[in-house]
Amino acid sequence: MSDVYEALQKIVGKDYVSNQTEERYFYGRDPGLMPPHEPDYVVMPKTTEEVQDIVKLANRERVPITPKGAGMSLTGLVIPQKGGILLDMKKMDKILEVNEKARYVIVEGGTTHAALKSYLTKRYPHLRHSLPDSPPIATVVANAVIHGQGRLSQQRGFNSDLVSGLEVVLPTGEICRIGSCALSQYWFSKGPPMPDLSGLFLGWFGSTGIITKLGMKLYPGKKIRDVMLFLTEKAELVPEIIRKLTHTEMFEDIVVSGQPIPLRFKGNFHILVYMTADSDEELEFKKKMAWDALWVYFESRDGGFVSVTPDMKPVLLAMPSKDTTRFADVSKGGGFEYSGPITPIDNFPIFIKKLEEKAEEYKLSYGYAARVIDAGHSMMFPFSYTFNRANPDEMKRVKKAMDEAIEFALQKGSVIWKPNIDEQQMMMERIDPNTLKLMTSIKQLLDPNGIMNPGNWEAK
Amino acid sequence: MIQQKDYASQIHRCFRCGYCKFPTDYSSFNCPSYRRFRFDSYSTGGRLWLIYAWLKGEIKWSEHFADILYACTTCKNCTEQCPMKFAPDIVDWIVGARSDMVEKGKIPPRVARFFEAVYRYGNPFKQLRSDRAAWANGTKKYATGDEYLLYVGCLGSYDENGQKMARCLVDVLNACEISFGILGEEEECCGNEIYMLGETGLFENLVGKNAQKFKEFGVSKVITLCPHGYNTMKNIYPGLGVNLEVYHYTQILNDLTKKNKIKPSQAKAKVTYQDPCFLGRYNNIYDEPRQILRSIPGIELVEMERNRKDAFCCGGGSGNFVTDLLAGSVDSPARVRAREAYETGADTLAVACPSCLTMLTDAVKAEDLDSKLAVKDISQILKESLSAK
Repeated sequence: MSDVYEALQKIVGKDYVSNQTEERYFYGRDPGLMPPHEPDYVVMPKTTEEVQDIVKLANRERVPITPKGAGMSLTGLVIPQKGGILLDMKKMDKILEVNEKARYVIVEGGTTHAALKSYLTKRYPHLRHSLPDSPPIATVVANAVIHGQGRLSQQRGFNSDLVSGLEVVLPTGEICRIGSCALSQYWFSKGPPMPDLSGLFLGWFGSTGIITKLGMKLYPGKKIRDVMLFLTEKAELVPEIIRKLTHTEMFEDIVVSGQPIPLRFKGNFHILVYMTADSDEELEFKKKMAWDALWVYFESRDGGFVSVTPDMKPVLLAMPSKDTTRFADVSKGGGFEYSGPITPIDNFPIFIKKLEEKAEEYKLSYGYAARVIDAGHSMMFPFSYTFNRANPDEMKRVKKAMDEAIEFALQKGSVIWKPNIDEQQMMMERIDPNTLKLMTSIKQLLDPNGIMNPGNWEAK
Repeated sequence: MIQQKDYASQIHRCFRCGYCKFPTDYSSFNCPSYRRFRFDSYSTGGRLWLIYAWLKGEIKWSEHFADILYACTTCKNCTEQCPMKFAPDIVDWIVGARSDMVEKGKIPPRVARFFEAVYRYGNPFKQLRSDRAAWANGTKKYATGDEYLLYVGCLGSYDENGQKMARCLVDVLNACEISFGILGEEEECCGNEIYMLGETGLFENLVGKNAQKFKEFGVSKVITLCPHGYNTMKNIYPGLGVNLEVYHYTQILNDLTKKNKIKPSQAKAKVTYQDPCFLGRYNNIYDEPRQILRSIPGIELVEMERNRKDAFCCGGGSGNFVTDLLAGSVDSPARVRAREAYETGADTLAVACPSCLTMLTDAVKAEDLDSKLAVKDISQILKESLSAK
C-alpha cells in the first residue's frame, strides 16, 4: 500500500495526499448518523488529468475510490465504505465559462455553490443559479449528483434537471463528455436531442464515474426578491394551497415549514412564497396573484397571509440559509439528520402526522422545510430530527425514528432522496426486478473492477 | 488566575457546516490554515471535530494533530462567520484545548521552542534582554509625569521591520510633542501569543511582571505599537486585575490628525490597507487607520476584495510569525494576501501591525513583487509625508 501512497504523491504532489490518522478520521465520517469508515488515503486532485491518473492507479491496484464534495448530504454517501482513496474534489474549483445569452456556466468538479453565487453576484448580477439551502461549502457537482434542490426547484425542477453538460472520468480512466459538449464547444444541453447519457452519472453518488466539469443552466437574476408568509393550522389544506399557488406560475420558490418550538409556531403550517421581480409593479402584481389564489381561505378563516417583520425578512431571504444550519444546534449538540422522501404533495398531511408521531415516540426535537418541486409535480418532505452528538442514546433514537419514517414513506409511494446505504437497500428490495437488473448491468459495464464508491447502489 | 471557557463539554456542538471557511460574500476561503492546506482537517470545523475525537479517545495525540491545532492563527474569521450561538466561544475552545496540550507537554516542537524562548529571554527570538532597546536610538525612557508609555513589544524591539516601524512611530509622536516614554530593556513580552498558544502559566507570569513594572513606573496610559499587545492589555489583562487605559497607535495618530496636530504634506501613492485581526475582528478598529491614510493629501486608498471584518489574516497570529506553521507554499496566507493587495493596483500595502509587516514584507519578496508593491506601516507612511514638507 505504501506504493499506492507514493504513486499518489507523484500524481498530485506530496502536499495533497495524506494517510495520516487525522485526515482519515475526519474524512471517514459526516455530520449525520451513518457509521464511520475511514479511507486509507485522502487525495486532492487539481486537474482532470490528475483524476484520470488516480483512477488508472486505482484500477491497477484494485483500490476503491470515493469522490467527495463537502459531504453535506448527512446520509453518509461519501463515507468510504471499503476504505481506499477518498478524493476531496474541492481543489478543482475554477469557474471556467459563463455563456450569458445561452445562460449556462461551466464549473470544475469541486466548485462550491458559494463560490458560484459570489462570482455571479459580482460579475453577472442579471444571472443566477439554483442555490440549495445547504451550507455554502456544498459543491455544485455533488448537489447535482444527489439530485439536490435549490431556490429554483419549484420553477425548474431538481438541480440535476438543470445540468447542461458533463465531463466525466469513467471508472476505467477514460475522459468522456456528455451532452452537447460532446460534439460542440457549447454546453447548453445534457442530452436532448441525443440520448441523455447524464442519467448514467446523476443519482449514482459517484459509483459510475467522477464528474470533473459540469455545465449548469442559469436563469434571470431579477432586481427584487421578496417573500410572503401564509399561515394555516390545517395540514389537510396544504396540498390544495400549493396547487393553487403553483397554478399561478408566478413564484420562485414555495416552502412549507414548521417546528414546535417556540410554542407560538406549534400547530402552524408556514407556507413561504418567494417571488422575484424587476419592478415594484411586477412585484405587486405577483403578490396580488398570491392573495387572489388563496383568498378563499381568508374568507373561510382557514388561513391568511401574515406580515413578515423586518427582522424575519433577511433571515427568510438569506441565500444560503444560515437558519437551516442553525437547526443543528437546537439540541445544543451539533447534529441533525434528515431523510427526504420525494413524494406527491397529497402526502403532506400524513407525513406531518408521522413526523410528529415519531418525535413524540422517541422524544426528539424536529423541524421541517418541505420544498415544492417542479410546479407541484412532487415535494421533498424532510423527516428531520436534531440530536446531540454527545448523547449516543439520542442518536440511536433518531436513527430508529428515521428508519421507521422512511419505511412509512416508501409504503406511501415515495422515493427516497439521497438515501443512505440502508435506505438504498430498502428501495432496491422494492424496485422492479428488471429495473434493478438494468442498474446492475450499467454499474458492471461502467465499473468492471467495482472500485467506485463501493457499497452504494449495490444490490445484496 | 485566568478563567478559561469550558470547551470539553461544548465542543461537540460544531456541525462542521463550513461557514467558518468563508468571508461574508463567499468569494474565497478566509480561514488561513484551510486556505493553506485545503484538507478539511485544517478548517475550524475539522479542528473542533479532531479535538472532540481526542477528548473521546478516538484519536491519540500526534505531532500532526498538534500541528493542525497550532496552525490556527486565532484570526477569528470563524467566530465572525459561524451561524451558531456558540460562535463567540470558538477561539476560546481552541485556546482551551491548547492549554490542555500544554499541561500534558504535548505541543509541536516549534511551539515548545517559542515558549522556552519567551520564558528564558522574555522574547520569542532568543535575543538578549539587554538588546531590547537596541532599536530605540535614544528614545526617552518613561518617567513619572509622562502621559503615555509606548509599549513596542517583541517584534518592535527585535524584528528588523518592527524596529523600523517603532522608530517611525517615535519620530511621529515626537513631532507631535506627545508626552511619552519607553521601558527599553525593562520591557517584557506582552504575552498575547503565549495566551493564544495556551501557556496560561507563562502568560500569568508575564502579566505579573508587566503589572509590577507598570506599577513601579506609575504607568496608567499605554500606547501599543502592536495590535496583539493592544488586545491582550485591553481585553485579557483586566481579568487578572491589571487595568490600564490602552490605545493602539493608530487611535492616537488619528486623533492627532483630526485635531490638526499632524499636517501631512502632499504624497503620491495608491495604497491598500491590511486590517490586522487583533485590531479589526478582535477590537472593531477599522476606521481609524483608514482615516489616517485618507488624511494624507495625494493618497488614494483602495480596498482589497476582502477587507474589514472579512480581511484575510496574514498568517502571523498565534505566534506563527515565528513558528511559521503555515509557510512553505504559494498558498501560504501572506503570499495569497500579497497577491490580493497587488491585484488592487496599489503600489503600497499599508499595515498597522509589526506581525503583518514582517509576514507581508517576506511574502511580497517571495512573490517577486518587491519592486512593485512596498509594504509600509502607517506611521512610516505618515512620517514620510511629514518629512516631505
